[in-house]
Amino acid sequence: MENPQPVFPSPASEYGARARVWNWRRAIAPTGNRGDAIFRAALFFAVLLLLLIVLLMVVKIGLNALPSIQRYGFGFLTSSSWNPARSDFGALPFIYGTIVSSLIALIIAVPLSLGIAIFLVEQAPRRLARPITFLVELLAAIPSVVYGLWGIFVLAPLLRTSVEPALARVFGWLPLFQGPITGIGLLTGGIILAIMITPIISAVVRDVLAAVPTSQREAALALGATKWETTRIVLANAASGIAGAVILGLGRAIGETMAVTMVIGNRPQISASLFAPSYTIASVIANEFTEATDNLYLSALVEIGLILFLVTFIVNGAAKLLVWSVTRGTSGTARAA
Amino acid sequence: MMKSSEENLRRMTSALMTALTACCAFFAVSMLLLILGYIAWRGLGSINLQFLTDAPKPVGEGGGIGNAILGTLVLLLLSSLIGLPIGIAAGIYLAEFGEGRFASLVRFVADTLTGVPSIVVGVFVYALIVLPMKQFSAVAGGVALALIMIPIVTRTTEEMIRLVPTSLREGALALGAPQWRVILGVVLPAAASGIATGAMLAVARVSGETAPLLFTAFGSRFFNIHLGQPIASLTVQIYNYAISPYDEWHAQAWAATLVLMTLILVINITVRFLTRKKF
Repeated sequence: MENPQPVFPSPASEYGARARVWNWRRAIAPTGNRGDAIFRAALFFAVLLLLLIVLLMVVKIGLNALPSIQRYGFGFLTSSSWNPARSDFGALPFIYGTIVSSLIALIIAVPLSLGIAIFLVEQAPRRLARPITFLVELLAAIPSVVYGLWGIFVLAPLLRTSVEPALARVFGWLPLFQGPITGIGLLTGGIILAIMITPIISAVVRDVLAAVPTSQREAALALGATKWETTRIVLANAASGIAGAVILGLGRAIGETMAVTMVIGNRPQISASLFAPSYTIASVIANEFTEATDNLYLSALVEIGLILFLVTFIVNGAAKLLVWSVTRGTSGTARAA
Repeated sequence: MMKSSEENLRRMTSALMTALTACCAFFAVSMLLLILGYIAWRGLGSINLQFLTDAPKPVGEGGGIGNAILGTLVLLLLSSLIGLPIGIAAGIYLAEFGEGRFASLVRFVADTLTGVPSIVVGVFVYALIVLPMKQFSAVAGGVALALIMIPIVTRTTEEMIRLVPTSLREGALALGAPQWRVILGVVLPAAASGIATGAMLAVARVSGETAPLLFTAFGSRFFNIHLGQPIASLTVQIYNYAISPYDEWHAQAWAATLVLMTLILVINITVRFLTRKKF
């Protein structure tokens, strides 16, 4: 009665019984050393801080968006009128601009990135692949604002004087390519985005392709497949990872701010023409946040930020899971290949 | 005869696709060279010592980006002081104790945090720091940049520490050293260069950030090192000059871009040089 725990004679099981009982000392310091406990707690604190930041981000942004959420409800997402002077806020034009510019970017960037990744992993000799890999990755190191500057002074004039007139001549019967040509608008924003997300998509596709076992290639080659036929088999194996890479690029395109803000024209309208100025979720925040004088205006902008946060979080999460499904076995160091 | 023509077709398709993929790669590389070359061409004309050390002046009177260079350095220092210790500590935890579901969750959160648009980080820091302080400030800008650095540094640190062979840890533990001394005294020194390059890449990444600074550090036209006040930065200055209607400011924007790109390229190429042997 005094001792409710059963006592076993052998020393080994005594150790086993103790280990099974949850012990706070053991939980904090599995090694039983005080220095270890302090060290581990300090590191754990940093990890907690990381989680806390994300949690706080959701809470803070959510709280500041609350006035706007309460006032406009779901109508915020479907209303296309944006008039701060009359406290009239609807996010639809920004959602439209974001989706269309991101789609243009994907249409251009996905084939390009796939080509780059296939060339670097499957086709190019190593001596050529390494420097090209580095140079393509440098494209990702160029800041957004620099792309924007380049977009304003190089890309937009080029589109205005030659590309857009040519598109209007050939595809002018489509509503997509009608209307006044200014060089500033959805198409310019989409092209800039395409250049910016190409290095990101191609880097991930490279990792994914490198994670496909060499035996797959050897088997195909042994059966007499050509280089391209082998590559197609590798691509089929890596399909879900490639989908992840594309979604990751989409996430980046949705959240990209400065470059788009500088070339998209910043007009809250929904127009069928790709030549027309538009506005994106990220760029309306960048442009109007410091101008927002009353609380409701600011809250509406924060709600737009909340939408952006949630959408990119979900998109990135989905992309990560897809990429992991291919590269998991290779411990993420496939990049070294 | 039929068979050989079919085989020819297959060979030709293969060769054609190789050429096509090579074109994609060379297109991307030439894009990079075109952009960098254009920046150098437009920027070199306006750069001189006075431009690098002066504060901005009204249109027509010259002026420079001295305050912006100083501001960027202050912001980078501030964000490194906040972001690097947290990021490295979290990275060590994940590498050394990171088993089980909790660690997977942390990795997942860190990876998704890396993908959160930087403008959202700006909105967050605005609500967190600028609203309570009722003022834009260098501190807010530094915190915003630090938040972007933390997940990047965490993941690269973890990867670098994992490269250290287990036998090194086992050897030290077998000599009777406690775990914390093994990690601090043996594992970290072995991974130091890798962690340092990861930190450098994170600094390079945030040095080009504009969006999170727009409504945290805000920008300033004066020399300032007071952390409670708005502070200038190269990126915000480039943005403001780029969207201005003045040719003189456009030229200054290109010159400032050249300075910024030099900083970023030097870091990236140094890192490349340092890690060349490892990979």
